[in-house]
Amino acid sequence: MLALTLLAGLAVGQVAPFTVTGDAIEAPLDGLLGDPVRGEAVVRNRENANCLICHSIPGTAERFMGEIGPPLAGVGSRLSPGQIRLRVVDPTLWNPQAVMPAYHRTEGLVRVDPRYRGHPVLTAQEVEDVVAYLSALEAPR
Amino acid sequence: MTRGWRKLLPLLALLLGAADVRPTQDYLSPEIRAAQEDPSRHPGWLWVEEGEALWGRGEPSCAACHGNIAGMAGVAARYPLVATDGALLDLEGRIERCRTQHQGESAFGRESEPLLALAAAIALQSRGMPVAVATDGPAAAFLEEGRHFYETRQGQLNLSCGQCHDNNAGRRLRGDVISNGLGTGYPAYRLEWNTMGSLHRRLRACSLGVRAEQFPLGSREYLTLELFLASRANGLPVEAPGLRR
Repeated sequence: MLALTLLAGLAVGQVAPFTVTGDAIEAPLDGLLGDPVRGEAVVRNRENANCLICHSIPGTAERFMGEIGPPLAGVGSRLSPGQIRLRVVDPTLWNPQAVMPAYHRTEGLVRVDPRYRGHPVLTAQEVEDVVAYLSALEAPR
Repeated sequence: MTRGWRKLLPLLALLLGAADVRPTQDYLSPEIRAAQEDPSRHPGWLWVEEGEALWGRGEPSCAACHGNIAGMAGVAARYPLVATDGALLDLEGRIERCRTQHQGESAFGRESEPLLALAAAIALQSRGMPVAVATDGPAAAFLEEGRHFYETRQGQLNLSCGQCHDNNAGRRLRGDVISNGLGTGYPAYRLEWNTMGSLHRRLRACSLGVRAEQFPLGSREYLTLELFLASRANGLPVEAPGLRR
């Protein structure tokens, strides 16, 4: 147990290895299981990933959601979990011009604030939580 | 295609691109835009009044050399510019030079109240006048530096200035409408700051927003970027002192 905790501690701030297949990363990062409830908290958090600065989610609980990216309602029926995973990890792997930031990448970035250097925005676990939440987000009826 | 025509292509692209850049006032909410025009509802006027008072102080005073501050009409519209010694100066940098070289005083310091006040009062004299920064001659190399900074994806969030301020202008980023990112309203009273602030302070907030390295006020990075932003605004009205969310 202690060894596991230590390993988890070491993994914080690092990027998990992954394989791109087409426009998807099929395998969960580090084989982790995502939790949709935690994923919703990550998506709604205004301080870190701040998804809602650009996207909207269904429901009326949130105010001032952005309109730079597509609404996330129904994304689970438009994209597979693997496709969502790639877009969260690094959308430029699929579209080099993508405006959306890479949330699980540390290399090839320019002038990164020293406080964030070497750290991805989201950990592998957080990415999996977001994938689990978004995959279950169906279109509003 | 003739060679002459080919030479015109970059110019044509520039003209087409410039057509997309709109004054920041066009992106403001009707309430903020109205208040920006109304001294009785624009807190920035407190700085303007202080700046006009400072204009008459010092030995010699600003007025002793420059006359009435109304004579500064059009000056702010030409900044930033390259001084005779080759340095790229913004309006604040020019004021500081006057302080130290002609008035024998110590510099006010970036973001200090008197410097913001004088800059606001001087910039107000150019309000509504078209931005007219030089982009050729000694300014050309600085301009390219600024353009490069503007176009480079940077920070942990890997965004270039243009990805927001060109490709997504007019859309909402959370509750804010993205403008074309012009500096024409600065120094500006920003409600988020609850005070007057410089363009470079605003640029530091942009850098922070994309989790990029923040550069010092008056740094070469922000001065050259300011010049590039001003070149995008050439022909558009000076709005300073602006009112911003």
